[in-house]
Amino acid sequence: MSLRCSAARSLPALGLVLLLAVLPFILPGPFYIAIAHQILIYALLALSLDILVGHGGMISLAQAAFLGVPAYVYVGLSARAGLSPLPAALSALAAGTALAGLFGVLALRARGLGFLMITLALGQVVWGLAYRWVDLTGGDNGMRLSARPRPFGLDLGRPIPFYYFVSVIFLAALFFLRRFARSAFGASLRGTRDQPRRMAMLGHHVFRIRWLAFIYSGFLGSIAGVLFALSFRFISPQTMTLQQAAEVLLMVILGGPGTLAGPLIGAVIITLVKTVVSSYVARWYTVLGLIFIGVELFLPEGLVPGFARLRRRLGAALLARRRPA
Amino acid sequence: MSAALELRGVSKRFGGLVATREISLSVMPGERHLLIGPNGAGKTTLFNLITGDLAATSGAIYLFGADVTRLSTRARVHRGLARTYQVLTLFPHETLLHNVVLALLGMERGLHGVWRPLSRRIELTERALSALTAVGLAPSAHRIVGETAYGERRRLELAMALAQEPRLLLLDEPLAGLSREERERVRSLLEKIPRSVTVVMIEHDMDAALAFAERITLLDRGAVALCGTRAEVAADPRTREVYLGV
Repeated sequence: MSLRCSAARSLPALGLVLLLAVLPFILPGPFYIAIAHQILIYALLALSLDILVGHGGMISLAQAAFLGVPAYVYVGLSARAGLSPLPAALSALAAGTALAGLFGVLALRARGLGFLMITLALGQVVWGLAYRWVDLTGGDNGMRLSARPRPFGLDLGRPIPFYYFVSVIFLAALFFLRRFARSAFGASLRGTRDQPRRMAMLGHHVFRIRWLAFIYSGFLGSIAGVLFALSFRFISPQTMTLQQAAEVLLMVILGGPGTLAGPLIGAVIITLVKTVVSSYVARWYTVLGLIFIGVELFLPEGLVPGFARLRRRLGAALLARRRPA
Repeated sequence: MSAALELRGVSKRFGGLVATREISLSVMPGERHLLIGPNGAGKTTLFNLITGDLAATSGAIYLFGADVTRLSTRARVHRGLARTYQVLTLFPHETLLHNVVLALLGMERGLHGVWRPLSRRIELTERALSALTAVGLAPSAHRIVGETAYGERRRLELAMALAQEPRLLLLDEPLAGLSREERERVRSLLEKIPRSVTVVMIEHDMDAALAFAERITLLDRGAVALCGTRAEVAADPRTREVYLGV
């Protein structure tokens, strides 16, 4: 019984692993394979934001900074300082995580709208620095990375190896988040989301729990940032605009906060509309807007929890129809 | 022996409104102390000052001889303070068991791990279950709080506080809104709290409260009107005056 239960629970995970494994053979060419790995990078960023939004109840507009800053650090250290890829990547992760710690200290002084406004401001400050501090960042022209590294003879410059490289890191992050959600820390974080004062009265260190959530979120976001730098081999302030921050937040809200599949599906939809639909439809923003309005009207809790609810209802309706017979 | 709880001239002002005025009070270890007074007398405000939910405007608060006036709520809880709420403050989407587990997690000092599943921490689950058993909620352990009856939630409040093994327990109207049967049930649970726990209770059910309490403090308009043994307070004309306005 319990074996069957755990097998049923692992089924979606197994399906995802298989899908990611065969995807390069299904997709028509390198362009689509590149879109697939970009989706995974954005999904990782959205999942990192979901630690704050879904589990912590803290809606942040600063997450794009964790895409941009580690990417700047990585490209800067590799292209300008000539650091080899591994130390450059580790420095980038450290910088992104430290930035998250700083953001946490500043933003956690407020709750609700105040929190949102502070994260908005922090994101804009980082964007502004990248834009104006031309000597360091190259300003609007950005910075280029000459080539992707070749760890252990694996040529990440080619589309399929790089796709698998991103997939493995993404799956590892997803596995970590699954553990995270079920851990004592995950439970405490959701506690501070639902009843912060009660949590303090139960002896929990509410500020520390929220601040650590920032650290975990920033660290995972920074992984997406380094992958972003490797993917595009280019970084500019465009990566950290308010629009980018809002898009990541939309991915989480669209798919369903607090779920693992939600941010992934949100990232799939938004990235596909941005990259694929936009090559056929000039007003692709309208398409995105219509999708978003539709979801908010009919499945306000997001696609994943929303469909789960519809399925339960449908199941109950079918059961009710069968009963009289 | 130092008092379990001592208040020295504690005042709380909200702008021009004085919620509590120069309250001094001493509760000895093991004592059952009752706080009474009409609505708006400042009883719950006083609880919030003791827990640190509100900061006192002036005065000092001592727990077991240590000055905690400037300490956070959390630090006071780790010194042995626990409370229940008049307005239920639970985690409605979680199971009863999970609510108690959160109470137990709060008492752990180190950082909570992000790797080990909470469900595999058998010792936590067992302690939570025994806390639920003590209040007769073990059969409902895996139900969602939002789907349980009001009386069960009141007992869950108590189970969460008791699971923390406090030395000083503040009960804010533990009998409020309960049926006669439920009230009897909670009363007998309160009787069973060991003497190692000091209890301060706010309660309007006078029969139950008077049977339980040894000492009583009567609050009126934010100040201590009277403090003494059960017999003294019950016999004093001011009790009647404050309650009935005669």
